[in-house]
Amino acid sequence: MVQPVKETNKITAREVTDPAIYFNRRNFIRAAILAAGAVATGLAYRRLNPVGAGGARTAPIEGLTAAGTNGATGFGVAEAETSFENITHYNNFYEFSTSKEGVAPAAASFETKGWQVSVEGLARKPRVFDLDDLLKISPPEERIYRMRCVEAWSMVIPWAGFSLSKLLEVVEPLSDAKYVAFETLLDPKRMPGQRSDVLQWPYVEGLRMDEAMHPLTLLASGLYGRALPPQDGAPLRLVIPWKYGFKGIKSIVKIRLTAAQPRTSWSEYAPNEYGFYANVNPRVDHPRWSQATEQRIGESGRRPTLMFNGYEEQVAHLYAGMDLRANF
Amino acid sequence: MKESDIRFLKLLILVNGAVPLALLGWDAKHHQLGANPQNFAILTTGMMTLVFLVLTLAVTPLRKITGWNWLIQFRRMLGLYAFFYACVHFQLFFSLDRGFSLASTLSEMVKRKYLIVGSTALLVMVPLALTSTNAMIKWMGGKRWRALHRLAYVAAIAGVIHYYLQVKADVRQPLAFAAVLAILFGYRLLVYWRSRKPKEVTSDQ
Repeated sequence: MVQPVKETNKITAREVTDPAIYFNRRNFIRAAILAAGAVATGLAYRRLNPVGAGGARTAPIEGLTAAGTNGATGFGVAEAETSFENITHYNNFYEFSTSKEGVAPAAASFETKGWQVSVEGLARKPRVFDLDDLLKISPPEERIYRMRCVEAWSMVIPWAGFSLSKLLEVVEPLSDAKYVAFETLLDPKRMPGQRSDVLQWPYVEGLRMDEAMHPLTLLASGLYGRALPPQDGAPLRLVIPWKYGFKGIKSIVKIRLTAAQPRTSWSEYAPNEYGFYANVNPRVDHPRWSQATEQRIGESGRRPTLMFNGYEEQVAHLYAGMDLRANF
Repeated sequence: MKESDIRFLKLLILVNGAVPLALLGWDAKHHQLGANPQNFAILTTGMMTLVFLVLTLAVTPLRKITGWNWLIQFRRMLGLYAFFYACVHFQLFFSLDRGFSLASTLSEMVKRKYLIVGSTALLVMVPLALTSTNAMIKWMGGKRWRALHRLAYVAAIAGVIHYYLQVKADVRQPLAFAAVLAILFGYRLLVYWRSRKPKEVTSDQ
């Protein structure tokens, strides 16, 4: 407590408390405890909420053609691109961590050397591709897509890759192939998140054949003109811009052509919350939260979510006559 | 324990309780809250609410086990910090997530289970904060005051359920909070059952 100062009396040098007494032991210890306590709490907070990102840059992709400016294709979008930093440090990739900020550090040392992708099932020419051979099937194109996560946040990402249809044409699907099933690498040694059973591993996804053959459906091997960083699904992932992000399966090792609708990881985990189609739809809410608006990463307000994530013109015909509320 | 020591320890709690908010503010100012700062701030303040609710509910068991009766003097401040972080948490949801729209805030609050439960937690904390002064305790009488303040249990349980309901798949953290709450409530039940047995009723604790 501060004592009122007598105004009439001037303080003489003699009256000033000797610092040795003022900072007596008790007060000194208290101040030290107070400071140490605050620092300890601060350090504990910092340990739980680390800052600073960085991370190694991957190799640039050679021969990348610029994104088409033709609006009709949907291959480009006239919206500000999300920063490389944010795209590579806010990831849903449970194979490494269930914390979106935790994926990048957990995936930093993920090695993709010798990667192979088996394309099998109902195809005339099934084949196991070395990644390098697979990437030579078609020249890499830059595609700037909106990415809408089912958690109601979104990004704009300049991907590099080519349409999945180019790969499927190489293996020549048989006429009874109605669906395409995808599988992520299963290797708990390299993917530490697979040591816990949050989801059933390996992660699996699927598309109807017409969805898989749609030119927008991208087999991506890079972003921002560089090879995919591990946290974004290295070395090869799927991007289906009109569907929620979880359909974009990462680190693919198997693609299988099937007659029956394949299992998909999230719809198996919670069938009432995540459907097989998972088309972005602002009118069909997630049972626990609204899908009407989204947080665009890097922006301050929320923006309205667009039907089919803004790709209605390109893909609405795939679902003509379908009840999108039942087939969410 | 000396009065001046109690005052010092209260200051210690006051300062430390503010540290997470100060760092959150610092990180926000320096754009260090990651890609989704809105979400991060909402999540962190919610987490701090749960931490302080747990600390508040840990006071009585700790006091009984250790015999350090002076611990009770810090319970009010811990409880008020829980309420404070809950208010900041709600305010951030209202401003950053709902864009200050009262209509969308209210409609979401009645539509979503996790928000109904969360609002319950916040609302029951309001009378607790309002009656936290010495004058109010005197005015209400100890018995009634203690009965009212059992709502802190409701707030804590609702808070943890609120957290559990909005997690997408990895429920380990909400379950950890639930486990701690179970221990704290289990201790109280144990004490209650024991107190019903003995023939002789001891003085009010």
